[in-house]
Amino acid sequence: MKELRLMKGNEAIAEAAIRCGCDGYFGYPITPQSEILEHLMKEKPYENTGMVVLQAESEVASINMVYGGASVGKKVMTTSSSPGISLMQEGLSYISGAELPALVVNVVRGGPGLGTIQPSQADYFQTVKGGGHGDYRLITLAPASVQEMYDFVELGFDLAFKYRAPVMILTDGIIGQVMEKVVVDDYKPRWTEEYIAKTYPWAATGKTKLRERNIVTSLYLESARQEQLNKTLQAKYKVVEENEIRYETFQCEDAEYLLVAYGSSARICQKVLQLARAEGIKVGLIRPITLWPYPTKIIHEVGTKMKGILSVEMNAGQMIEDVKLAVECKVPVKHYGRFGGIVPTPSEILDALKTL
Amino acid sequence: MTKEEIIKPENLVYKKTPVLTNNVMHYCPGCGHGLIHRLIAEVIEEMDIQDKSIGVAPVGCAVLAYNYFNVDCIQAAHGRAPALATAINRLYPEHFVFTYQGDGDLAAIGTAETIHACNRGENIVMFFVNNGIYGMTGGQMAPTTLKDMKTSTSPYGRDLNIMGNPLKITELIAQLPGAVYVTRQAVYTPALARKCKKAIRKAFENIKLKQGTSFVEIVSNCNSGWKLPPVKSNEWLEQNMLLFYPLGDLKINN
Repeated sequence: MKELRLMKGNEAIAEAAIRCGCDGYFGYPITPQSEILEHLMKEKPYENTGMVVLQAESEVASINMVYGGASVGKKVMTTSSSPGISLMQEGLSYISGAELPALVVNVVRGGPGLGTIQPSQADYFQTVKGGGHGDYRLITLAPASVQEMYDFVELGFDLAFKYRAPVMILTDGIIGQVMEKVVVDDYKPRWTEEYIAKTYPWAATGKTKLRERNIVTSLYLESARQEQLNKTLQAKYKVVEENEIRYETFQCEDAEYLLVAYGSSARICQKVLQLARAEGIKVGLIRPITLWPYPTKIIHEVGTKMKGILSVEMNAGQMIEDVKLAVECKVPVKHYGRFGGIVPTPSEILDALKTL
Repeated sequence: MTKEEIIKPENLVYKKTPVLTNNVMHYCPGCGHGLIHRLIAEVIEEMDIQDKSIGVAPVGCAVLAYNYFNVDCIQAAHGRAPALATAINRLYPEHFVFTYQGDGDLAAIGTAETIHACNRGENIVMFFVNNGIYGMTGGQMAPTTLKDMKTSTSPYGRDLNIMGNPLKITELIAQLPGAVYVTRQAVYTPALARKCKKAIRKAFENIKLKQGTSFVEIVSNCNSGWKLPPVKSNEWLEQNMLLFYPLGDLKINN
């Protein structure tokens, strides 16, 4: 039965994991996302659903535990914040190369370096342009509410197993810490070992007499074979681009100006729409929900009819590059952002909009 | 006697275990890895746990171990095999999970994962092949390289003042409550190989007992990296490696 709860974004991630039948969580504390591990430890899912929860010795260990768990066909995840996610890049590259499903959540804080514990969107490049080595892509979901934090956990696992690829939920300290109403689902049972062995024949669940041994690796010393793996990955990414783009549009029908923003920035921009329209400025908003694959087509269709576009991000201008590519620079595109943990106010953004 | 008369079952004195594949090993002639692989595979066969065994291969000479072990295998990132094994053990607690790592993988880049997996007492076996050198990358200094030992990155010998000391990680592991069986073996004589196989068997039996981590170091040679013929390398091992890394059990559970 569905149930209405008031919870933090971070708690919603943890609760969704338990309820969607996640098999294992491996993580290391870091602000502003430690509530995820705390909530899991408090709920003790290992006593009811059987989900494994383990505090690892580092983010490096966490992502490699995820790599191990994914190799044996289990629904496994980790979460962290920016500096910890940097440490996981090698693991994400391995998981991509070995074509394994996994869910990773980045509750972004301001950087670079140790930075700040305040919210930021400065990890956009790292996430969608490839933070680790090699030609790989991360399917990236950007929630803008606590409900979406909850919903994207199950969606993330679905996409990860559908495409045998890691999925990133890219959120920030605002969505992680804010409390909102959330509709939570009933508990779903975890997959049985028999189901996994039957449904995911690639999983290294133990070599039975009925099949050859399974090998999970990203190593192909022969270049022609490694090129073949890359071609397989690129073909898969093409299918993802054709099928998995998600976005939301607000008041674009009569708009003369367009805001493009994701996550927390998109929430703030909804307020900007109200303020601007009250002053007679016809402005619309496109909120990319998937940051990769990016909603290039809709931004092109809507954006090229505009007098100007503002890319609003809590960083120094990262997603703006994808907006410019989408409209092929046919329309002026400007960036407005605050960074280092500062959250822009709607009036600041409105002022920036007026400079278009 | 014809060939057919010779290959009768009653004449069989030795056969390759089906837990090793028929792939030709890439290891240098004279290297200990092939024999260590065989001992592990034979124990898996004898315990009839092939369908429940999951191996985790390292980065290093044994990176391709999955080409030889006829069990499900995962190739880990450098040093991270114990992290993978941790998760697999937790998610499939009835399986027999083992890592197979060299000295650079286990005792340098993977030190944190090694110590914490042992300290948590993960119900796995860790095989640690120590030849005091990075063999795969061409013979560089390892954490276990002996004092004055020449490698491509210590060409005048390991100077302890500059390069630090060789690490006895197995002694360190033996201090951890989660590690229940810690032993140091070798395979360069038939008697030692038989003894090593008993240690491997005990380590796998420990998984059934669910007591904690079993850690089996095997001091081995690297004739290519040491620039010695195979027989000489085994003599050098006995005369040098074993003085610093003495054989025997460091910790035994009951």
